[in-house]
Amino acid sequence: MSWARRLRRVVLPLLVLAALIGAWQVAAANGTIADAFSLEPFLVPSPAEVGKALWENRTLLWDNTWVTLREILIGLAAGAVAGVVLALPMRFSELFRDTFYPLAVAAQAIPVAAIGPILVVWFGFGIGPKIFLVGLFTFFPILVNTLDGLRSVDPEAVKMMRTLDGSRWAIFRRVEVPSALPPFFTGLKVAAAITPIVALIAELVGSTSGLGRQIITDNANLEVARMFAAVVILMVIGIVLFGLAALVERLVIRWR
Amino acid sequence: MEPGAAATTDGGAAVAIRGLSHSFGELEVLAGLDLEAPAHTVLGLVGPSGCGKSTLLEILCGLREPSAGAVAVGAAEDAAGRLASCAFMPQRDLLLPWYSALDNAALALRNRGAGRAEARKQASELFGRFGLAGFERELPGRLSGGMRQRVAFLRTLVAGKPVLALDEPFAALDAITRAEMQEWLARALREDPRTAVLVSHDVEEVLYLCDRVAVLSARPGRVVTELKAPAPRAPDRLAAVTDPAFVHAREAALRALREGSR
Repeated sequence: MSWARRLRRVVLPLLVLAALIGAWQVAAANGTIADAFSLEPFLVPSPAEVGKALWENRTLLWDNTWVTLREILIGLAAGAVAGVVLALPMRFSELFRDTFYPLAVAAQAIPVAAIGPILVVWFGFGIGPKIFLVGLFTFFPILVNTLDGLRSVDPEAVKMMRTLDGSRWAIFRRVEVPSALPPFFTGLKVAAAITPIVALIAELVGSTSGLGRQIITDNANLEVARMFAAVVILMVIGIVLFGLAALVERLVIRWR
Repeated sequence: MEPGAAATTDGGAAVAIRGLSHSFGELEVLAGLDLEAPAHTVLGLVGPSGCGKSTLLEILCGLREPSAGAVAVGAAEDAAGRLASCAFMPQRDLLLPWYSALDNAALALRNRGAGRAEARKQASELFGRFGLAGFERELPGRLSGGMRQRVAFLRTLVAGKPVLALDEPFAALDAITRAEMQEWLARALREDPRTAVLVSHDVEEVLYLCDRVAVLSARPGRVVTELKAPAPRAPDRLAAVTDPAFVHAREAALRALREGSR
């Protein structure tokens, strides 16, 4: 890709974003949005006020961000490990795959907002249920993509390896694992992008700290600017995690 | 190339196929083939699409056992023995995109447990002689079609097996590159004679590269006729393929192909 094109892919979205924020700033500051929805003006903070809330509450927000970030990172790591560890026996054993793949699909159908309160009843308000939920909803895209990658190996390449004295293990590590890496990273990126949502819902249904807890408290106190601040932080977490996964992918997969 | 050079062995085994038949369930693909390739000669197989050429190579390489008949590579008659004696060069180069050209060429050595440095050293000795010097570290995605095919052939040679099984090695190349690669392969085999079985649907290609050519019929494949090539792997390809004897053999092969396709 040319440099002009790369630059364009960064600059153009930022310009659109800046325009949207600018429009919001104007509409919030002169009361257009509040009038349109018949709201008190203090319920419609402008981007500048959200920025001010971010700065003035930085200690509180950082403490809660750290709680949520920890849930996300540990949960994502657990989900990635579980996804890969389950994909391997599913690759090699049809019996294992037939038995557990439908169950993995079923696990994905569990509504996070419904199982959250149950976990809170059982395990309390600690970090455990949040990690479990983040893990539960991230292992699936990683499992499905990794398994697809392991199984999509060209059978001709396997024959070629066999005539070159490749053992089952050599075929696995020289052909199947590298083939599965790009799909694995696709799964990891999808999983990383959804983690803030899962962590937030898990916190909303029962927690003592974290950005979700803070949104509930601010909701009760009509601290709308700080609620927006929390939303901005969650978005940034999602984007940064996705970007990190994409960066690692580019460093690992040099052949594309 | 000097005979007996590093990473290649003196390809001494002969190939003998007797009464070979193969079916996939109800579908009969090969019907009673008798073929032979004495040591250091190249046997060509040409036939219409779907005549079982690739299945025949898989059986030869020990990737399958035939439904009936016997296939011997040197002294090896069972699948495991044939697998140990044949190196297979597939239709598409199938270079592993995550390995450099050199690491692809050295694959067989690594598979046998050689260390990376040792395997690279052995394979790199062949790179210069195959017109690939300077491209050792390139990933396959950055090589031209002809170069990829050369690396794939090198990978097959480095395996050091007595018999090479070549499955339409140049089918994916454009006509000009293909002619160049045929000359290149002819030279490689002149300098380092191997026993090889070459499958192709290109009559000119097999008549130029092989000592003997078997024309196979449409499925189920059987031998329609066997031809002796007039000037196998002659240094001047263009002169060889326009020689009246070659043109005559080519015509005979094409007639046999047409007869076998009916």
